[in-house]
Amino acid sequence: MAQRSLEKIGYALMTLVAIAVVVPILGVVAIIVAQGLPALSWGFLSEMPYDGMKAGGIFPAIIGTLLLTLGTAVAAIPVGVAGAVYLAEYAHDTALTRAVRLAIVNLAGIPSVVYGLFGLGMFVLFLGLGTSVVAGSLTLGIMTLPVVISTAEEALRAVPREYRTVSASLGGTKWQGIRNIILPQATPGIITGVILGLLRAAGETAPILFTVAAFYLPSLPKSPMDQVMTLPYHLYVVSTQVPGMPEEIQYGTALVLMALVLSMNTAATLVRSYYRRRRTW
Amino acid sequence: MVEPLIANPTTVPKIKLEGVSYAYGEHQALKDVTLDIPERAVTSFFGPAQSGKTTLLRLINRLNDAVDGTRMSGTILLGGEDIYAPHIHVATLRRRVGMVFALPLPLPGTIRDNVVYGPRLAGIRDRQSLDELVVQSLQRAALWDEVKDRLDTPASQLSGGQQQRLCIARSLALEPEVLLLDEPTSGLDPVSTSLVEQSLIELKQRYTIIIVPHNIQQAARISDYTAFFMLGELVEHGPASQVFTAPQDHRTEEYITGRFG
Repeated sequence: MAQRSLEKIGYALMTLVAIAVVVPILGVVAIIVAQGLPALSWGFLSEMPYDGMKAGGIFPAIIGTLLLTLGTAVAAIPVGVAGAVYLAEYAHDTALTRAVRLAIVNLAGIPSVVYGLFGLGMFVLFLGLGTSVVAGSLTLGIMTLPVVISTAEEALRAVPREYRTVSASLGGTKWQGIRNIILPQATPGIITGVILGLLRAAGETAPILFTVAAFYLPSLPKSPMDQVMTLPYHLYVVSTQVPGMPEEIQYGTALVLMALVLSMNTAATLVRSYYRRRRTW
Repeated sequence: MVEPLIANPTTVPKIKLEGVSYAYGEHQALKDVTLDIPERAVTSFFGPAQSGKTTLLRLINRLNDAVDGTRMSGTILLGGEDIYAPHIHVATLRRRVGMVFALPLPLPGTIRDNVVYGPRLAGIRDRQSLDELVVQSLQRAALWDEVKDRLDTPASQLSGGQQQRLCIARSLALEPEVLLLDEPTSGLDPVSTSLVEQSLIELKQRYTIIIVPHNIQQAARISDYTAFFMLGELVEHGPASQVFTAPQDHRTEEYITGRFG
C-alpha cells in the first residue's frame, strides 16, 4: 500500500514538472501576442520604417530574414547532407573520421557570437565578401552544419541495412543504392534536422551582427552582396538602441519573428509527414 | 513430364570453387573448399548452423566484400573467369549472379518499380523493354497471374510468399546466369513454399541455381546436386539422390538421420 501511494506521489510530481515546463512558454507567447497584436496591421508588415524607425513597418527586416534563411539553407543543406552520407555510408572507423566527428560535436557547442567573429574574419574580410547576405548566409550555414550533419546521419543509419544489400545484389553500385533507396527513405529525418538548424539560424542575432545585419536601410537589397535588415537584429535595435521607441513596435517585431519561425516550422513538418507517408518501413 | 532427379552428370561446371577459405577476424568460416557447380541444375548447400554455407553463397556474388576485417583465399571461377580478379566490376558480376535472401524485402515503391530496379541501374531505359522484362520475370517467378492487375500498387502490400516471389522476379529481371537463394522459404507458409519450389524447378532449365535450403526435406525435394558442410568444411558432395540415400561420410549420415544439428 505504501508503495502504491509513493508511486502516486511520484506520478503527481512528474505531472507538475511537465506543467511547469509549459508555463513559461505559454507566458512568453501570451505576453508577446497580447502586447504585439495591436501593432500588427497590413502596413506594419508591408511598409518601410520611417521617422527613425519609430513609425512605419518592418517589411525590409522580414525580407532580410527570409533571404538569410534561404541562403543558410543553400549553404548548409548540400554540405551537411553530403557530409552525413560520407559519415554514415562510406567512412570507416579511422582516426580521421573520429576527428571529424569530434569536430562536429564541438562545432555544435561553440557560442554563436564566436561564429559571428569567425564569419567576420573569414568571409567578410579574408574572402572579401564584405558585410553581405552571402557572408551572413555562409556564417549561419556553418553554424547550422552540426545539427544538419548529425540528424541526417542518424536518419541515414535508421534505414535498414538490408536495403543496401538488396540494392547491391541487384547490380547497384554503392552510390546508386544511396541515391535511389537510402536517401529517399531518410528524407523525413533529414528534413527534421534541416528545420531544427534553420529555425535556430533564423532567430540568431550574434552571427549576423558583424556579417550582414544593417541598423537601418532606406531600400531593399538589390543583390546578394548587399546588407539586409533582419528581424532579430531589428528587435535588438528597436528595444535597446533607439530612445523613445513605441513599445508596440518592439512587441510587434517579436510577434512577427515568432510567427515566421512557427510557420516555417509548420510548413516543414507538413513536408516531412508527406515524405514519411511514402516510407515503407 | 517428371523432372529427372539427376541432371546430366557430364554437364560443364558453371562455377568452380578452388581451395576457398574465408575468415571473419579470428573465426575461420570456410576451410579450403573445392567444389564444382554444374550448369542449369539446382545445387544445395546444407549443414548445421555455423557451417559456412551462407558465407560461401555470399562469396559467389561478392556480397562479403563490404565486410571489414575479413580474409579470403582460393579462387572462384564463373564460366572460367576469376570473379575476384582486379578487372572484375563488382556491380556487373552481381548482374550475372543474382541473390535472393531469407527475408523478402521489397524495395520502396510499386511491384513494377521493384522488378525494373536492377535493369534500370544497368542502363535499360526503354519503356517497352522494361515492360517486357516485368511480364517475363513475374511469369518465371510464378507471380504474374496474382499481380498482373496491380503492377502499380505498393509492393509492401503483397503477402510474404508473394513478396519472396517478387524478390525472385526482381533478380530474374537482370537475366542472370546464376541465381543464389539463401533459405528463401524460411519465412513462408507451406503453400507459398511449394510455389517457390515449383518455380525453382522451372527456372533450372535456364539458370544455374544454388540454394541454401530451409531444411533437409526441401534439399531432397528440389536438389540435383548437394554439398554438406560442417564447421566451414565441405564434408561431402555429389548427386543429391546419392548423398541423401547413401552418404559416404558418417557425419553426413548422422546429420541426415537427425542425430545432431
